[in-house]
Amino acid sequence: MFDAGKIIVGLIVFLALITFPLWYNVAKGKAGYVPELEKPTTADRCVEDTDYMRSNHMDLLNEWRDLVVREGQRVFVDSRGTKYEMSLTRTCLNCHANKDKFCDKCHDYMGVQPYCWDCHVDPKEVR
Amino acid sequence: MLEKALSGDKRYWGWIAFLLVVIGVGTFFYLRQFHEGLHITGLSRDVTWGFYIAQFTFLVGVAASAVMVVLPYYLHNYKAFGKITILGEFLAISSVMMCMLFIFVDMGQPFRILNVYLHPSPRSLMFWDTVALGGYLVLNVVISHFTLNSERKSIPPPNWIKPIIILSIPWAISIHTVTAFLYSGLAARPFWMTAILAPRFLASAFSSGPALLILFCFILRKLTKFDAGREPIQKLGVIVTYAMTVNVFFILMELFTAIYSDIPEHVSHFQYLFFGLDGKTTLVPWMWASVILAVLSLVLLIVPRTRRNETTLTIACVTVFASIWIDKGLGMVVTGFIPNPLGEVIEYWPTIPEALISFGVYGIGLLLVTGFYKIALSVRGELPTEPVRATAHGSVGIEGS
Amino acid sequence: MGIDRRKFIKLSGLAALGIAGRAAGDVVSTLEESTTLPFERPLVGKRWAMVIDLKKCQQHEGCKDCITACHRIHNVPDFDNPKDEVKWIWEEPFEHAFHEQEHEHIRNDLKHSNVLLLCNHCDNPPCTRVCPTQATWRREKDGIVMMDWHRCIGCRYCVAACPYGSRSFNWRDPRPFIKEIQPNYPTRMRGVVEKCTFCDERLAKGLLPACVEACKEKALVFGDLEDADSEVRQLLGSHFAIRRKATLGTMPEVYYLV
Repeated sequence: MFDAGKIIVGLIVFLALITFPLWYNVAKGKAGYVPELEKPTTADRCVEDTDYMRSNHMDLLNEWRDLVVREGQRVFVDSRGTKYEMSLTRTCLNCHANKDKFCDKCHDYMGVQPYCWDCHVDPKEVR
Repeated sequence: MLEKALSGDKRYWGWIAFLLVVIGVGTFFYLRQFHEGLHITGLSRDVTWGFYIAQFTFLVGVAASAVMVVLPYYLHNYKAFGKITILGEFLAISSVMMCMLFIFVDMGQPFRILNVYLHPSPRSLMFWDTVALGGYLVLNVVISHFTLNSERKSIPPPNWIKPIIILSIPWAISIHTVTAFLYSGLAARPFWMTAILAPRFLASAFSSGPALLILFCFILRKLTKFDAGREPIQKLGVIVTYAMTVNVFFILMELFTAIYSDIPEHVSHFQYLFFGLDGKTTLVPWMWASVILAVLSLVLLIVPRTRRNETTLTIACVTVFASIWIDKGLGMVVTGFIPNPLGEVIEYWPTIPEALISFGVYGIGLLLVTGFYKIALSVRGELPTEPVRATAHGSVGIEGS
Repeated sequence: MGIDRRKFIKLSGLAALGIAGRAAGDVVSTLEESTTLPFERPLVGKRWAMVIDLKKCQQHEGCKDCITACHRIHNVPDFDNPKDEVKWIWEEPFEHAFHEQEHEHIRNDLKHSNVLLLCNHCDNPPCTRVCPTQATWRREKDGIVMMDWHRCIGCRYCVAACPYGSRSFNWRDPRPFIKEIQPNYPTRMRGVVEKCTFCDERLAKGLLPACVEACKEKALVFGDLEDADSEVRQLLGSHFAIRRKATLGTMPEVYYLV
């Protein structure tokens, strides 16, 4: 290899820079940070159990979206037989009333910007 | 071969720098449009398609016109076109890219564009237009890459490229036909709903495209050592002549059925274009300019002496291009909406941000054409000066050898 | 076996594309065992239609009750300029609404009347035919031409295809222009097309469309054409009704009693 010294040094600098987000948080002791979410008080359980919702709420909402808008189905019956109206504003936000203390906490931390809120109304925001 | 676009003289880089500035300005305004919405354009509830879609329509024609050099060369062995087929194909690629960009900047939710493929709608002509344009782009990229690569290695192109090139011929016709179908199947817009729209599109494409190609050949002859030769340029001139004659004839056909039948919903659009309607006359001077340019171009092209003289041929090509650009790029799309379904006349004119975004897209197209032509000419060793470059192994060599 | 730099870069590019493609393919429905139902007592019809009695509509000068009701509960923005205007139901003079029917000596009350225009929910809609993503489609079960604002790419082909000018595009973010946002219905975002959906969300709950309910004179009648006993059928059977641009073959389902 020609210019081996420059290339290897350059590669090491590049690797260090590109993995910066990974080792910086560990070095600062923030690796274990988990956003704190305000739990709702009006109901004891969500539409599905917490683990499922944590990983799949986006897919659930997408399915609800297609079921309501495209299939004309409005009511979701979960595995226990409980009925919920499939609505982000009227069902989800009914219990998780403070979007900024629940939804936004994780979304902001992850840098995710779901576009749901461009259209679906947060009742708190418009009151 | 792409690296050949990255070396050039001061003039080359000056031109590239200018294009990059134009593209940069366009990008800046596009970001503003993306953030604020399309209200910064001149579009309205009544005239929902305007400058962007009109440019798209015009450029699909230019893209399709590559067939006018490919067909004679590959199907009929017209050897004289051998040197310029690659120029036609590269022009086609750049035009298709501009078409796609104009569609992209016109969309309200451009990042949802994959929905067209995730939820295919075979009854929608727009779906088929994306398929046709995408396919045409792939075809031309494959064809130009493999033929130019073989030329660079001084070997004949691979055998399997021949059927692909033959496929590109009906495909070129189809892209502009499908684009015409976008318009001509809409009962809501009587100005567009005419069977002759697709033939008109093709005729205007086959005049404006080869005209542009002739102009490019003249420019290349001035700036580089590449000379297409007198015969191919003259032949292209004949093609432009016939195509423009047919194009003007088709327009006269349209005018006859509208004016003689005197049906208000057919006549009113032509009345708006040529005389104004309800006192609104924005497009009137443009349309008459287009007519005058068309007549002038036909005179220069049909008279053999002026067609053979390269100065008057240049003027003819510029006037053909300008006339058709006004007709397709200003007149055709907007007038479909004027008067609107309620009989009202609401006019349209592009705003400055809209124009700057469009210039940005044209800048990208010209950048592609410049880069591609640079590559093609470098491969053929026909640049004005051969830059002498040190190769990786320290020896001095002439580029291209 | 030697491999040159170009081939290596090409192969790596293809491999990267392949890995990305595989990752993108992991979109699978993970909903547990569940069922979905409609609401308990929806309004059910096989072919919804509307009959508008123009004489009744003209009873109150300057009345805009239906327009106000619709635009309020659906969060329709008010831009106050015709360029950006979004409207689901609106008024036009007779000569604009039926400009192939108007003539110099038309009945006096029609000459000066305003006609209510809205999406005609055609049986053969040209707009749904042209939509490249099926963001708008005609519901087989009841004939309503629906909108899916999640899927719309904002190409405005449907706006071009509609012979009635019933569709509006959001040229900018509508939220700042909505007087009072009703939280129970979404707003729309910039870049999508919208129009009347015959209040499908109210029909699902067993309610009549907002415009029908709001009219003091009951000038708007909504019902199922396939139900021989419905009021719309009675009206059409006993009165003469016209439709807008009927010759185009779109089969509009909004009828006007003149």
